Amino acid sequence: MNRLRNISLSLLAVAAFTSLAEAAEIAPGERRSGASFMSVETLAMQTDATANPGMLWVLDGEALWSRKPVAGRACADCHGDASSMRGVAVRYPAFDEKLNRPVDLEQRVNLCRVDHQQLPPLADESRDLLALTALIGRQSRGMPIETGTDSRLQTFIDKGRDAFMRRQGQLNLACTNCHDDNWDKRLAGSAITQAHPTGYPVYRLEWQGLGSLKRRLRNCMIGVRAQPYSADAPEMVELELYLMSRARGMPSETPAVRP
Amino acid sequence: MASALINVPATAKRGDIIEIKTLMSHIMETGFRHTVTGEVIPRNIITNFTCRYNGDEVFQADLFPAFSANPFISFFTIATESGKFEFQWIGDNGFQETASASIAVT
Ligand code: HEC
Ligand code: HEC
Repeated sequence: MNRLRNISLSLLAVAAFTSLAEAAEIAPGERRSGASFMSVETLAMQTDATANPGMLWVLDGEALWSRKPVAGRACADCHGDASSMRGVAVRYPAFDEKLNRPVDLEQRVNLCRVDHQQLPPLADESRDLLALTALIGRQSRGMPIETGTDSRLQTFIDKGRDAFMRRQGQLNLACTNCHDDNWDKRLAGSAITQAHPTGYPVYRLEWQGLGSLKRRLRNCMIGVRAQPYSADAPEMVELELYLMSRARGMPSETPAVRP
Repeated sequence: MASALINVPATAKRGDIIEIKTLMSHIMETGFRHTVTGEVIPRNIITNFTCRYNGDEVFQADLFPAFSANPFISFFTIATESGKFEFQWIGDNGFQETASASIAVT
């Protein structure tokens, strides 16, 4: 609670300087991963697979990948080794033909649970869902993000971009006011960063656990005292989609570590 | 699901100083937090970690509520002979996990 109040107070200070400048998008060559703002210790934790706590979820994900449901098949029975998922996470959110809209990786895993395994969907932010998305994401570590090249996604990307540019919440701040205009400054001791979702799910030291991009976005929305979108809201997926396409070409760091 | 990540060099020369790294998944609930309705969330932490090298204890640590979740413990020892490192974590609510790793010393 205290921490929230502190952040909100310092947001007032940000509100003062953001009203001066207007949104300017970051040039592709000037993009920087959140990792480049971290201390050398935190970066070392991310890079060393035996010190990165996110790898504990990857291990759990491996166990789940080959666990057979009571009836039906395991992920491994249809997809083979988890390494077959190389290059998948860096394409998400992706257009789903049946649903005729983009789905993120969490939703894609749950579609397989429901359609192909006759199991109930895993809950948002549950350990199992994070473990599976960490395992799938890990297969693409180092590969460039490709999300958004499919032309059917364009209208959804545009909607996500609008949301990124729109002022919201009691503090009346848009994502762009912090992440495009003030990314080189600090807020309550934290680097603001450019908001590139290069490492999700991430192990965040503040959370003492792994969390999805949606959890991160909810944090930022609560920070400006806006009502966050629910996990499966189309607006949430559109925002994820815009952020991923905005980071296109940047290497994946999943599972990343963040302060 | 409890999982451990262990990093022990697979090979070493006799007399080498080697680094051992361990990561254990655990929530490390401090016992100092409250729910929204005011009840204390009971303490649930790892209280002790030991490492044995071919049966001899080479490292031991007591853990307390201020430790982070998923504690990472790294330490050094001297490679004396080929064999096995055995790790054990014990804690509240009967928590007990073990892991092991082999080393070839030449
Ligand atoms: C009975 C077979 C079957 C099982 C079991 C299954 N899947 Fe799938 N999966 C598919 C098929 C088929 C597709 C292609 C899309 C579709 O038709 O639904 C797919 C697509 C995917 C994709 C998207 C791949 C891409 O290239 O975009 C992911 C990720 C995925 N599955 C993960 C999982 C996970 C995780 C599990 C276990 C929880 C699982 N699947 C279980 C059949 C299966
Ligand atoms: C008042 C400034 C502010 C606003 C407005 C804001 N954020 Fe953030 N955001 C931050 C800060 C500060 C961090 C880094 C926090 C930390 O490291 O502890 C962050 C982190 C992030 C990250 C994580 C990047 C990484 O490296 O993992 C993403 C993604 C993000 N924000 C997206 C958004 C989106 C989308 C919005 C609009 C809904 C938004 N933010 C609004 C300040 C803001």
